[in-house]
Amino acid sequence: MNTVVAKLQRQFQDYLVSLYQQGFLDNQFTELRKLQDEGTPDFVAEVVSLFFDDCSKLINSMSRSLERPENVDFKQVDSGVHQLKGSSSSVGARRVKNVCISFKECCDVQNREGCLRCLQQVDYEYKMLKTKLQDLFNLEQQIVQAGGAIPQHFPSYTILRPDIRPCLDA
Amino acid sequence: MSLFHVLGFCLKIGQLFWMLCCWFLSWFLDADKSPLDPDKTKMKNHNKMCFLWNKISTSGLKIPPSFSHHLFGSVRFGKTFWRKVLVAWVVSWVLISFWTFWCLTSQAMDKRKETLASMCDERARMLQDQFNVSMNHVQAMSILISTFHHAKFPSAIDQRTFSEYTDRTSFERPLTSGVAYAVRVLHSERQEFERQQGWTIRRMEQNPVHKDDYDTEALEPSPVQQEYAPVIFAQDTVSHVISLDMLSGKEDRENVLRARRSGKGVLTAPFPLIKTNRLGVILTFAVYKRDLPSNATPKERIEATNGYLGGVFDIETLVENLLQQLASKQTILVNVYDTTNHSQPISMYGSHVSADGLEHVSPLNFGDPFRKHEMRCRYLGQFKQKPPWPVQSMVTSFGILVIALLVAHIFHATLSRIRRAEEDCHKMELLKKKAEAADVAKSQFLATVSHEIRTPMNGVLGMLHMLMDTELDVTQQDYVRTAQASGKALVSLINEVLDQAKIESGKVELEEVRFDLRGILDDVLSLFSGKSQEKGLELAVYISDRVPEMLIGDPGRFRQILTNLMGNSIKFTEKGHIFVTVHLVDELLDSSDVETSSSSSSTENTLSGLPVADRKRSWQNFKAFSSNGHRSLALAPSEINLVVSVEDTGVGIPVEAQSRIFTPFMQVGPSISRTHGGTGIGLSISKCLVGLMKGEIGFSSTPKVGSTFTFTAVFGNGVHSTERKSELHNNNQPEFEGMKAVLVDHRPARAQVSWYHFQRLGIRVELVTSVDQALRFMKTCATTVDMILVEQEVWNKEADVFVKDPLVPSPKLFLLANSIDTSVSDTLRNVIDPPVLIVKPLRASMLAATLQRGLGIGKRETPQRKGPPALILRNLLLGRKILIVDDNNVNLRVAAGALKKYGADVVCAESGVKAISLLKPPHEFDACFMDIQMPEMDGFEATRRIRGMEEEMNNGEALTVEEGKRSRWHLPVLAMTADVIQATHEKCLKCGMDGYVSKPFEAEQLYREVSRFFNSPSDTES
Repeated sequence: MNTVVAKLQRQFQDYLVSLYQQGFLDNQFTELRKLQDEGTPDFVAEVVSLFFDDCSKLINSMSRSLERPENVDFKQVDSGVHQLKGSSSSVGARRVKNVCISFKECCDVQNREGCLRCLQQVDYEYKMLKTKLQDLFNLEQQIVQAGGAIPQHFPSYTILRPDIRPCLDA
Repeated sequence: MSLFHVLGFCLKIGQLFWMLCCWFLSWFLDADKSPLDPDKTKMKNHNKMCFLWNKISTSGLKIPPSFSHHLFGSVRFGKTFWRKVLVAWVVSWVLISFWTFWCLTSQAMDKRKETLASMCDERARMLQDQFNVSMNHVQAMSILISTFHHAKFPSAIDQRTFSEYTDRTSFERPLTSGVAYAVRVLHSERQEFERQQGWTIRRMEQNPVHKDDYDTEALEPSPVQQEYAPVIFAQDTVSHVISLDMLSGKEDRENVLRARRSGKGVLTAPFPLIKTNRLGVILTFAVYKRDLPSNATPKERIEATNGYLGGVFDIETLVENLLQQLASKQTILVNVYDTTNHSQPISMYGSHVSADGLEHVSPLNFGDPFRKHEMRCRYLGQFKQKPPWPVQSMVTSFGILVIALLVAHIFHATLSRIRRAEEDCHKMELLKKKAEAADVAKSQFLATVSHEIRTPMNGVLGMLHMLMDTELDVTQQDYVRTAQASGKALVSLINEVLDQAKIESGKVELEEVRFDLRGILDDVLSLFSGKSQEKGLELAVYISDRVPEMLIGDPGRFRQILTNLMGNSIKFTEKGHIFVTVHLVDELLDSSDVETSSSSSSTENTLSGLPVADRKRSWQNFKAFSSNGHRSLALAPSEINLVVSVEDTGVGIPVEAQSRIFTPFMQVGPSISRTHGGTGIGLSISKCLVGLMKGEIGFSSTPKVGSTFTFTAVFGNGVHSTERKSELHNNNQPEFEGMKAVLVDHRPARAQVSWYHFQRLGIRVELVTSVDQALRFMKTCATTVDMILVEQEVWNKEADVFVKDPLVPSPKLFLLANSIDTSVSDTLRNVIDPPVLIVKPLRASMLAATLQRGLGIGKRETPQRKGPPALILRNLLLGRKILIVDDNNVNLRVAAGALKKYGADVVCAESGVKAISLLKPPHEFDACFMDIQMPEMDGFEATRRIRGMEEEMNNGEALTVEEGKRSRWHLPVLAMTADVIQATHEKCLKCGMDGYVSKPFEAEQLYREVSRFFNSPSDTES
């Protein structure tokens, strides 16, 4: 195993860990990566691109719904958010999922301002994730081109900031 | 209207005073009770005050109820108001004391005045009386003269007779110093008169002369007048006035004229007397020729006048004499004045001391209306100068003032005390709030920290688990195993802490699922079997037959309680037994002495023969057991009230620690946690959990003997009325049905437990107490005995019997032992058929397995499932055709990926409608994973429709089993849902779904659910 590959592999691993540590991804992404094997070599990339397409579609439709200040169809927005939440949690896009949770809360109380704010945030987060993951996949391809194997094992327990804390006084 | 206002005001004032009284009363009481304990007093005072407030406000006065509260509030906030009240109080009482002083003083003054007046009046009256007596006598004398001088001829009286008579009768006239008689002589008669008398009429000296120089002869003869009034008779004391013309003296003339005009006695103003020159008055009576009527005119009187009788009164001497007769002469000073001329009163007696003292004036009437006299009296001496010091009034008013000030002081002290108490109370409230906040913070902190620790711990454990799968040498494996065990211990500890925090904050809810109580107990028993075998303890469980097979409740939590209690028992017990019994509450109530209650009566009758703590005492405080408590405890008919006891023969709980046994983190002593470990949280959690199960927990413990913990819990009855009990009973081990065994055990309690366990398997057991008996029984018994069960204790003593006298149709011999290392082999090496060891604790599955092995019956070993679940899952799912329904294509893709990975043949559907069309029977699918929340048609609805179609299909071809593939259509439908809530779960089941998996998929859970529907492929193929 040559040094270039090793370096790339380390770089890949560090990058991935940083994504976990910054909260972009969670364990579900690990699970997703586990599902990828020789039979389905592009499984992760496929799912992820599906997710991003979904995101852009849903965000567009939701922003259309929220455009008019009056007569906002919160039901429609809600179903969009639900979809987004489901797919983000399936992919393991942790930040997107978290924003979706607060988005849903805003939706439930029919708070248009809050919804718009969350929408912007979701937009931002998913684009951010998209670039990050693209970088990751680029690294992956570089490794493959260099003739190395993509490292499979990486720490999945590095998330030290749990999303849900027990709330005793609620 | 205003009347009502006044009334209300009066009531309020009245209440105010009543409250003041209450305050003082309570203050005094408290001060009496504990003068050395100010803090206590304060608190008590405050409490008492509150009590009084309440009492007052509820005492039914016609005052708005808010009044007392208002007042109380003003006590707290209106400091200035109370200060004003205080000042007003002091000022008013100072005024009152001054007023009292003034009142008393004036009263004393009045009294003095009165005394003075009475004294003065007395003197005046005496003087007047004596004067009147004298006057009367003078008048009597005038009548004498008119009778014996003028009416007789010649006169019966001459100067000598007159003077002698008057001298001898002078005692009759104590006030007169002398009397004289002057006759009326007209000028025409003068010479005749002078010749008769032998002296000339002389006129009186105009200027007063000295007594010694007085000489009648030296006086000039009277000048010519119209008429004269020469004195002809005179008492010896005044004989010098004979021949003097009374009309020539100014006062005398006036007197004489007035006397003859009025016909009454008249008085002169006081004037210095002739010769003596002392102050005196002269009383003059006119003597008439004839007796005149009382209404005679002055003119008639003047004409009828014959002469004038005069009496000289020496006032000064007289008054002096008079006063000397009276006591207390010296206390008052007497002055007598002639006040005929008001502007210039003439002093008749007394010294002229001008003093502005107390004075009383009494009028004097000397019988002359023309003259007015009065007596003025004053206090004499020191009385006059300084009025007496008003000691009494001063003392009284000063006393009042002192009392008022004292009351004010008490009031003030009370107020400040109340304020202090209030401040303290406020402070304490703040502290209490702080403490409560701290408690909440503690719970939160615990929960947060536990959570924070748990998350990375899961990582650690997961990694360790993965590490175990890799190739490791023995030492490394040992390390990993140790690390994993420690990690698990840590996680369980954290879970306990989290549990406690959750329970404390009321976040725990109990599940309601059907469970097998006996199975749970078997599980718990096997959990502790290792330890008990190690220590050689007898561990046993007995469940009453009346307890239903299936109960509804929270098996996990029930298990937790049991584990806690049994864990403690195991920890603290070194020898003897641990005995778990489960009964119905009714059972214990119905029979006061339960068969298995091996408690108090005899030490023989316990499981291990060791004495135990009195079990009954552990529940004596339970409400469910109190005589009336049971009646009031209304249980629904479907509810089962269980009572579970855990009895051990351990070290027991020291008496001093028994009170805090259920307090979290409180262990018997700090050394306990060092020797035995544990956090001391278990019992506290158990208590909470028991509480959640509507039960109670209690214990009785005797140090060095053992402890018995008992708790009750309410469960639902899980046995449906349609199911027969016997159907459930023993249906898992039918091969032992109808077998017969002989149990040799001399301890009834232990035998009872063993009997119970064998009987559960359907084996009929005959109890005998010794080996001899057993042999005898078998010889006499008609039916064959399948096995002999011998308690190890008995075996150790009586094993020789078997060796000596082996039975011909020898039934299988089983040995019931507490630990594995029992040496069976030594004694029985030569026996052909060595006994089989059954290691306690007895539990159904283990017992069945051992018996099967020993008897050589039963089914073959079930194929062991080995390897990680992923592999089994692959086995299960390989080649299965599975439909996934989800509107979210990302989810769809992921789920499909996951299932494909395990070898399943996956078909995807984006909506419920499409799924229905795909699943219209007949179809090839083995299972369906269904998302619940979908637009258009959600998972519930879709499932309902699928079930409807299947139902139709089943009804249509229920009887014709043509294909042979499926007799009934029932596709396993599993819900996929992100929120794992109980309610959703129930709803899933209600809609005809068979289970649910949480999104995203987890291998273990997926396996658990899927394995319920798919048998392993080998089974289906074979």
